[in-house]
Amino acid sequence: MVEHDKKTLARMLDGDLSWEELKPIVSGRKDPNRFDVIMEILQEKVPWDEKIILPLHEHLYIVLKNGERIVKCDCGFEFGDYRVNWKTKCRVRVRDTMEQIEELYLKYMGCHPDWMELREYFCPGCLTLLDTESVPPGYPTVFNFLPDIDAFYENWLGRKAPDK
Amino acid sequence: MKEKALGWNGKTLKEMLLESEKLIEEKKQYYGIDKLSLKEQDPFRYERAYASLRGALVSARETALHVAASPIVKEIGELCFALYTPEGDSIVVSTGILVHVHTMSEAVKFMIREEYEDDPGINPGDIFLNNDPDCGNVHTTDVQTLIPIFWQDELIGWAGGVTHQIDTGGITPGHDLVSAVQRFDDGVYYTCRKIGSNDKIWKDHFISARRSVRTPMYWELDEKCRLAGDLMIRDAVLDFIEREGIDYYKRFIREAIEEGRRIVLERVKERLIPGRYRAASFMDGAFKDEAWQPIAQADIMNNLPLEILVKEDGQLSLSFDGANGPSDHPFNCGKGAMEGGQWVLLTQILIYGDKVNDGAYFAVEKEYPLGTWANPGDPYLSYQAPWGNLIPAYTGMMKCISYGLFSRGYREEVVPGYGFTGDAIQGGGIYDSGPIEGERWALSTFEISGQGLGASAVRDGLDWGYAMWNPEADLGDVETWELFQGGVPYLARRVKPNICGHGKYRGGSNYEGIAVVAFSKKVEFFGAREGNAFHGCGGMHGGYPQATGYRLYAKNTNLEEIFKNQKDYPLGDPEPTDGEFEKFIEGDIVRKFASLIYPITLKNYDIFHFSLSGGPGYGDPLERKLESIKKDLDDGIYTSDKVYSIYGVVANYNEDKDEWIVDEEATKKRREEMINERKEKSMSFEEFWEYERKKITDGKLYDAPLRMYTESLQLSKNWAKEFREFWKLPEDFQMEVK
Repeated sequence: MVEHDKKTLARMLDGDLSWEELKPIVSGRKDPNRFDVIMEILQEKVPWDEKIILPLHEHLYIVLKNGERIVKCDCGFEFGDYRVNWKTKCRVRVRDTMEQIEELYLKYMGCHPDWMELREYFCPGCLTLLDTESVPPGYPTVFNFLPDIDAFYENWLGRKAPDK
Repeated sequence: MKEKALGWNGKTLKEMLLESEKLIEEKKQYYGIDKLSLKEQDPFRYERAYASLRGALVSARETALHVAASPIVKEIGELCFALYTPEGDSIVVSTGILVHVHTMSEAVKFMIREEYEDDPGINPGDIFLNNDPDCGNVHTTDVQTLIPIFWQDELIGWAGGVTHQIDTGGITPGHDLVSAVQRFDDGVYYTCRKIGSNDKIWKDHFISARRSVRTPMYWELDEKCRLAGDLMIRDAVLDFIEREGIDYYKRFIREAIEEGRRIVLERVKERLIPGRYRAASFMDGAFKDEAWQPIAQADIMNNLPLEILVKEDGQLSLSFDGANGPSDHPFNCGKGAMEGGQWVLLTQILIYGDKVNDGAYFAVEKEYPLGTWANPGDPYLSYQAPWGNLIPAYTGMMKCISYGLFSRGYREEVVPGYGFTGDAIQGGGIYDSGPIEGERWALSTFEISGQGLGASAVRDGLDWGYAMWNPEADLGDVETWELFQGGVPYLARRVKPNICGHGKYRGGSNYEGIAVVAFSKKVEFFGAREGNAFHGCGGMHGGYPQATGYRLYAKNTNLEEIFKNQKDYPLGDPEPTDGEFEKFIEGDIVRKFASLIYPITLKNYDIFHFSLSGGPGYGDPLERKLESIKKDLDDGIYTSDKVYSIYGVVANYNEDKDEWIVDEEATKKRREEMINERKEKSMSFEEFWEYERKKITDGKLYDAPLRMYTESLQLSKNWAKEFREFWKLPEDFQMEVK
């Protein structure tokens, strides 16, 4: 059975592995205990005490808070019920003019605002850029991922979710 | 009517197909197999048996490609072989373009449903040809050769091979024709046609085929390539039966497919999280001012929404519900195209391994809503360039799977998407001088095989080295392309700065090229990639989409004089607002925001530019490490003004050391400023909602997105309901293109 040590995986999360170190992790058989090791690393890393139930994003976690499963940023900002799209709690910048788009892309090399706009979703707590959406004007905000937490723990991992 | 049916135990092939479909429907297992008895009884024999067939297919591919002539097949391996059950389910697939795990399967089923067994008859040694997207192909450019395999008087399988052609005789030269607007523009159609017997392709077929395409030599040798591979597979299957016995073979092929199905379910449970995943991607087509044909003169924006349900048992369910309608353009997709795009990606990101077959097809539910671009239900539309929708649409699948991989802890596998393998500059001409004066050349470079891959959650994306439709992406040698398309030698190729998707980890980067028309007459040229819209569904977790494409060429230039006087000429277009075309040459320089152009005529000393794509980025750019930025600057991936405006990095070029030095103090200050700017320039979600809702209700949307919304609202009740609920619109709210 392949297992990668916690220190190596922690360095991987920080982007510190060289390609020579990363290649065997990419190409080799996957370590079945990966989820648990990563959860341990993340729980030690976040500055708050709530139990992580599922990592959702580079900065966001589904955590247990007062008996509820909520989305929380590593800065401490709480987005509320994980079944509601966390983006609806973000601050949003819409780049829908040529001038705004050309701050990021050379002329001719960004979208045309008549056809598409670029949205930036920021954490209201730390203003980290959490997501971008490149969509036509007026497109509803996309709810990217709604996990079935209990099915995952009970049917796939064979144990109760941490809050059950 | 034949005296004896071709199927097993006196059944017709149609009866076998119906029985197979009934069993999978009722038992949810391939052919109702609940136990892999051969594998359990003697796993070594079973694995050896599988490996021998798989090896035979890989060997057939590697051998056959040397029979081929077209550089697309020979140089970069655009071919694939597969072995099918009598009903048309793939058992084993070769390496190569795994687009075709299931495509030829539909062609076999088409022949069975149409009762080819009776007419035109299926006999040992018969050869069938198919390139019809309405029965299991992606586009007319992919040409399939299928032969039946018999043991005694029973049909025990099919061998199939597919190659990608340079030209299939469409409305203009080329392999992905932007100007095809109906079936009759797509080139020559072979709808599961019998073209040979006794292992020999009929002479009348070759005569006809040679006159149907612009590149007859490539066509003929590629046909021989596919037949050679098929015959090698047939020999290997017959050897297998001699060795293992027919009863073993018959059971083995069923178990191999059922095992393929189970492998998918297990892999999904190993890597993902059950739940609902969604991504939104789009494709623009600026046809309004380009199309010749009145029916095609409309700008289009295609809605490519993907929802994936990962179920408790590991089954994947994909749906394109919400897709907008088909159009009088070449991007429409039949089932073969939808399956092809799906399989070539799933086998790269999730179900890689040697046991990939139609078991995987049976493990994935899919919905391609009738009447949309994903299933128009009209064979008379054009299906010539379905990749125009497939490539961006399936970025959504990569992104959805990546959310699961991320949460499961496999961050090294995360890839939010890839660059569009667009700008396949195409066309052709006739040599007007030199040793082969009067001969035709076809412009068909497949350098597009090297695009930027998206960043992962732990590293930057791969530069100039990925094509979603070929897991063995290889852009070939430029010298080979020049040899075959000699009328357009290259003037330059170099890294194009500022095109990758920005992020903590940037997407892969890429390069641009410039070519000149030479020694030719009657030159046609066209090209296409995204231009008004970002490609696919963009970056992930704060990463940005990669830059879009655009069009640049110059006619009536003074290049002849420049060459004679050995003066400077353009080597690229690193800054479009201060272009080298404008700086170094005189002539009619054309720059267009949209990349897509219908064929234009060019003459000697006209030049054109083309650019390949970067990949989308991952994570907040302000978290990118400074040493990575320095390397980007040193390598020419970014320019200093853009790392300032995107990454908040202040850097200065040190001429003595010939390198960029990052000013850490100034960078820290600039990044703090940018955080403050984020607060000032953003709004609350509630304000955003009001701001965006007005764009829907004030009636000022541009034609292309307006048409997209109008069609999606009409075609999908569910999508329309969610759309109206999100914006709190009346239940009967509709949109309309005036």
